[in-house]
Amino acid sequence: MEYLWELIWSSLRLASPLCFAALGGLLSERSGVINLALEGTMLIGAFTAAAVTSLTHEPFLGFAAAALVGAMYTAILGFFSLTLGAQQVVVGMGLNILAFGMTPYLNKLLFGVTSSTPSLDSADRLSYEPLVLLFFLILLIQFGLKHMRFGLWLRTAGEEAKALDAAGISRLATRWAGVLLSGVLAAWGGAVLSVMLASQFTRQMTAGAGFMAIAALILGRWQVLPTALVCLFFGLTDAGQIRLQQILSEAGEKRWLALLPLLPYLVTLAVLALQGGRMRAPRELGRST
Amino acid sequence: MSQSARPKSLGSSVATLAFALFLSLAVCSVFILIAGEKPLAVARIFLTGAFGTPYDLGLSLFHALPIALAGLAVALGLRSGLFNIGVEGQLIMGTFAAALTAQALSHQAWPVLFVVSSLSALAAGFAWGALLAWLKASRGAHEVVSGIMLNTLAYGLTSWCVLQFFANPHSQNPESLPIAEELRFALWPFFDGAPMSWHILLVPLIALLLWIWSNWTRSGFAMSLVGSAPGAARHAGFSLKSLEFWAISLGGLIAGSIGIVEVFGNNGRFVIGFSPGYGFLGIAVALLGRLHPFGILFASLVFGALYKGSLELDFETQGITKDFALILQAVIILFLSCESLIPKSWLNRFSRPTEGA
Repeated sequence: MEYLWELIWSSLRLASPLCFAALGGLLSERSGVINLALEGTMLIGAFTAAAVTSLTHEPFLGFAAAALVGAMYTAILGFFSLTLGAQQVVVGMGLNILAFGMTPYLNKLLFGVTSSTPSLDSADRLSYEPLVLLFFLILLIQFGLKHMRFGLWLRTAGEEAKALDAAGISRLATRWAGVLLSGVLAAWGGAVLSVMLASQFTRQMTAGAGFMAIAALILGRWQVLPTALVCLFFGLTDAGQIRLQQILSEAGEKRWLALLPLLPYLVTLAVLALQGGRMRAPRELGRST
Repeated sequence: MSQSARPKSLGSSVATLAFALFLSLAVCSVFILIAGEKPLAVARIFLTGAFGTPYDLGLSLFHALPIALAGLAVALGLRSGLFNIGVEGQLIMGTFAAALTAQALSHQAWPVLFVVSSLSALAAGFAWGALLAWLKASRGAHEVVSGIMLNTLAYGLTSWCVLQFFANPHSQNPESLPIAEELRFALWPFFDGAPMSWHILLVPLIALLLWIWSNWTRSGFAMSLVGSAPGAARHAGFSLKSLEFWAISLGGLIAGSIGIVEVFGNNGRFVIGFSPGYGFLGIAVALLGRLHPFGILFASLVFGALYKGSLELDFETQGITKDFALILQAVIILFLSCESLIPKSWLNRFSRPTEGA
């Protein structure tokens, strides 16, 4: 029983960075803007949170700073793709590469090395707080998209932008809001990595989590609860394989153990192969404004 | 607000290109100044680092080579509206196959060894691409998601295999046994010892073939219609599913050829983590080169030179490191994206319900 609680707890923890980022991607994509920059935004968020926390010893300040910087970072996506009309996918890939370059550059500027930020004391780290935040965010986004006026605008911008125009609401402003919010959430996903799961920012620490978040978003069919569940499932397979590794290791079976981390990816592929066709993206996704 | 999808005159294209590059350099100069360095000095380091001697030039070409191949592979899919993000995994599989085949055949005559290893590289890249293509064309799975999964699987499976069964006992690095030096391509003396040889010609050759194929053959033309005018492709007598299949799996074949380059022109073995994200750099150069084979060659030369030039930054400056090349590349991508001439049609594929939905 204790194992079970432990497993659930670590699944939740491992799922949370993905879930923040996937929800961020959801807000942007439901408004009609492809956000391929989740990976880069997470990296920027992870760096900002760790850097600010290590300088001020206030993890909440670190989270606030990550939100601000994350929004500023995706503002670049908004500026290029919404204001200047550039291809969203191109800008997204550009922002990912920019984050790969910017984080070591800033790290060197602030701390003199490119590899990592100073290690945080355990008192400066968060343990469960982001999970509470995430829980309420899921409820808020689920409720807001369905029942709040802004949620309706967001969905309409992504599905039937003409109707939004007819109602006199700016589709551009609505999409800007979606993009900025996605930056805040993706940056928090990164902040969870560096200030909750780890105790510092390390180079390339997202290691594809942003792309996994996009996978979760698509597997979750751009719906809030299914997306959150897919993230939880990724977290569960991740935590499960760690646990399974311990069990098998005690049983002396070493060689095949090393394959276990691949389990989540195999399962996802199997799910895709079985029911890949039932996907439907927001209709306006990727279209110019 | 409309995107600039209409064709432009050459003059205005060159002008916007120059303007975009100027803006990129201006923005990067600010970053250089913030780090306490001089932009002109950094530019000089880049230029001499990339082109200063024949050796530097050879290394720039050497870095451009796999990026170009990956870019051509990505572009083949993108022309059909398919985002082949799985090129990274396909090139890992190609290199893995080439390295192990070459190791197994190391006592055979060179032509046998070379031909069989090369074929196995192409076959492995193709097979990994075909798996992605099958998931997309037959199962309707979103190619971006399955591509990401297959990349991680390729990395994990090959790493595991090499560490468990083929590890080089004489090395601290996670890698397979190398093939003998004399089995690798002879270096061109012009480049003064840089790992550059005739195999660089592979890239323009593939680019030329792709260009001829897409412009002068029915199947090549139909493939470019998959994204923009699926109805037209169907009326021309092509099955959409098979066009989708080949657009991704042939990209896998091209990505697999990076294995030949890695094994006979570079490391001579499978080194875990050998690819610094060639697949992603390939996406960047495919987009920068506007999906045109020759545009991609040019973009990858720029990226190769930037990479080589940046290596000197670690030694010659205090404030910035070789990661600065990434910033420069990204800023160039961002500014060039504004007047992107990529057909908008392929983007609409993202928003269309997939077949069978």
